[in-house]
Amino acid sequence: MADLKSAAPLLEVEDLRVHFHTPRGEVEAVRGLSFTLGRERLGIVGESGSGKSQTGRAILGLTAGNGRITAKTLRFQGQDLLSLSPKQWRAVRGARMSMIMQDPKYSLNPVMTVGDQIVEAYRQHHRVSAAEARQRALAMLARVKIRDPERVFATYPHEVSGGMGQRIMIAMMLIPEPDLIIADEPTSALDVTVRLQVLAILDDLVRERGMALIFISHDLPLVSSFCDRILVMYKGRVVEDLKASDLQSARHPYTQGLLGCLPRLDHRQETLPVLRRDPRWEHGTLEEVMR
Amino acid sequence: MSAAVLQAVPGTGIDVSGLNVWFDDHQVLHGVSFSVPEGGALGLVGESGSGKSTVLRALCGLVDQWSGALRIDGADLGKTRSRGFYRVVQMVFQDPFASLHPRHTIDRTLSEPAQVHGLDRVEDRVVTALEQVGLDRSFRFRFPHQLSGGQRQRVAIARALMLEPRVLLLDEPTSALDVSIQAEVLNLLKGLQRDLGLTTLMVSHDLAVVSHMCDAVAIMNRGRILETIAAEDLAAGRVDHPYSQQLLRASSGFDRAVIDSFVDWE
Ligand SMILES: Nc1ncnc2c1ncn2[C@@H]1O[C@H](COP(=O)(O)OP(=O)(O)O)[C@@H](O)[C@H]1O
Ligand SMILES: Nc1ncnc2c1ncn2[C@@H]1O[C@H](COP(=O)(O)OP(=O)(O)O)[C@@H](O)[C@H]1O
Ligand SMILES: [Mg+2]
Ligand SMILES: [Mg+2]
Repeated sequence: MADLKSAAPLLEVEDLRVHFHTPRGEVEAVRGLSFTLGRERLGIVGESGSGKSQTGRAILGLTAGNGRITAKTLRFQGQDLLSLSPKQWRAVRGARMSMIMQDPKYSLNPVMTVGDQIVEAYRQHHRVSAAEARQRALAMLARVKIRDPERVFATYPHEVSGGMGQRIMIAMMLIPEPDLIIADEPTSALDVTVRLQVLAILDDLVRERGMALIFISHDLPLVSSFCDRILVMYKGRVVEDLKASDLQSARHPYTQGLLGCLPRLDHRQETLPVLRRDPRWEHGTLEEVMR
Repeated sequence: MSAAVLQAVPGTGIDVSGLNVWFDDHQVLHGVSFSVPEGGALGLVGESGSGKSTVLRALCGLVDQWSGALRIDGADLGKTRSRGFYRVVQMVFQDPFASLHPRHTIDRTLSEPAQVHGLDRVEDRVVTALEQVGLDRSFRFRFPHQLSGGQRQRVAIARALMLEPRVLLLDEPTSALDVSIQAEVLNLLKGLQRDLGLTTLMVSHDLAVVSHMCDAVAIMNRGRILETIAAEDLAAGRVDHPYSQQLLRASSGFDRAVIDSFVDWE
């Protein structure tokens, strides 16, 4: 297993803000987010609209055209991401960090075979012969537990199931051997058994290669069972930062509320507790909210 | 384990017996049988493609090729559904974004079914239905895009209640919602179920959601019901079929040993 506590952090984020310019005014989607990431599995959870995806996209330099990013620090492997030229970005994105999206349909090219796409992803970052790239791609497909790599290599994205498509996406994102993967709800559209199998594949690759993973999800129990650490986001801010194993002793009323409102198999109750939102959650620190 | 967990009194509730469904000569339901007594609630769970929605669609007359017996309150349902059917049976779908007309006000969305059925006091009914789902009158003249996801799903439920049905068919009604909003909608549905004595058939892929909402749960796989069990038995892990056991284990989070034990049911 990789050393979880290597000296310099892989990623440093300090006071990250993402603003959008819209016809109805400024929208602040991410409001002063700070964290550092080592070679670990970090979960980012929160309700829809809380800024999880925009955080991931900002780190990868993929914020939409009407958006603006500011930060005191946004550094990846010691390199300042805020001052990268488009050319420098191309050397970082895909090669050293990449993103797995929820729906493979939007990330895979519909008119190119699965195999050709994986080969292309590899050759963008490695100068090898076509034959070697093909061997690499087949090995990678086998690595994500695709039983008949030769056959799948020649298929088009629409010919595969959701679970298979997601494995292909993972193969494509991992073949350049990035140091950081940002997975944005990578398994939310999948059935529960397939979802867990896909996560197990990610888990293996993270451990074997010592990659860092940012796992974005709205599923708090799943994240806590899969990740090392969790950031809980509410309206663009991190309201609680805790070890995944400490989730049951979360202190923020929002985190507690998200856990409490889930129906549970092992605890039947007539009425589910509902979340009572407190305006202080929007700006207050954990200590202020707890007071 | 009791073989017949939910036993309908003949002539009441929902009774489905030996239902087969084909799409283009491809059979997707194989001898599906269950009954829901009047005022009772049954959940259908299973992975995507197992045939859950098709069961609901068959009851609503939205499937062409089928065989078997479908009965509501003892009456056999034939090939088509009469207008009167929708006074008794209403359906709520997963996606509150897709199921409401984007350019119709909430008032129009709710009034239309009542007008089609020639009911009186339409305005009173609209206000009552909105009250039942916890929305005040100010929502009447809004459009769907001016509502949150949870509010839209409340409107979809209000629309289903407009004709004062006795049977509610729910297809993943909270799957598109945040868990905090899901809790509110589930509480609402459970209250309506209790107060109005609605007979409920609920489809979901989430074991905890169906066991919260229903008295009994039928587990589906590849177009078949594998077993029907009381919700308490499901909660206590008392399931017979190995597929049900796997589904149950899978719903308790990431655990390598459990994942490595998965068997492919495809
Ligand atoms: N291009 C955009 N223009 C304006 N607002 C946007 C844009 N993209 C995202 N947002 C807003 O940013 C907020 C955070 O969105 P997002 O990060 O996608 O949330 P999450 O992933 O947590 O569901 C939302 O309120 C969303 O509407
Ligand atoms: N209109 C249709 N035409 C052809 N096949 C369909 C149609 N609707 C559903 N199916 C197929 O029937 C099976 C059951 O689907 P469905 O009832 O939607 O499953 P679930 O709701 O459990 O996800 C699936 O294999 C699906 O592809
Ligand atoms: Mg998102
Ligand atoms: Mg369905």
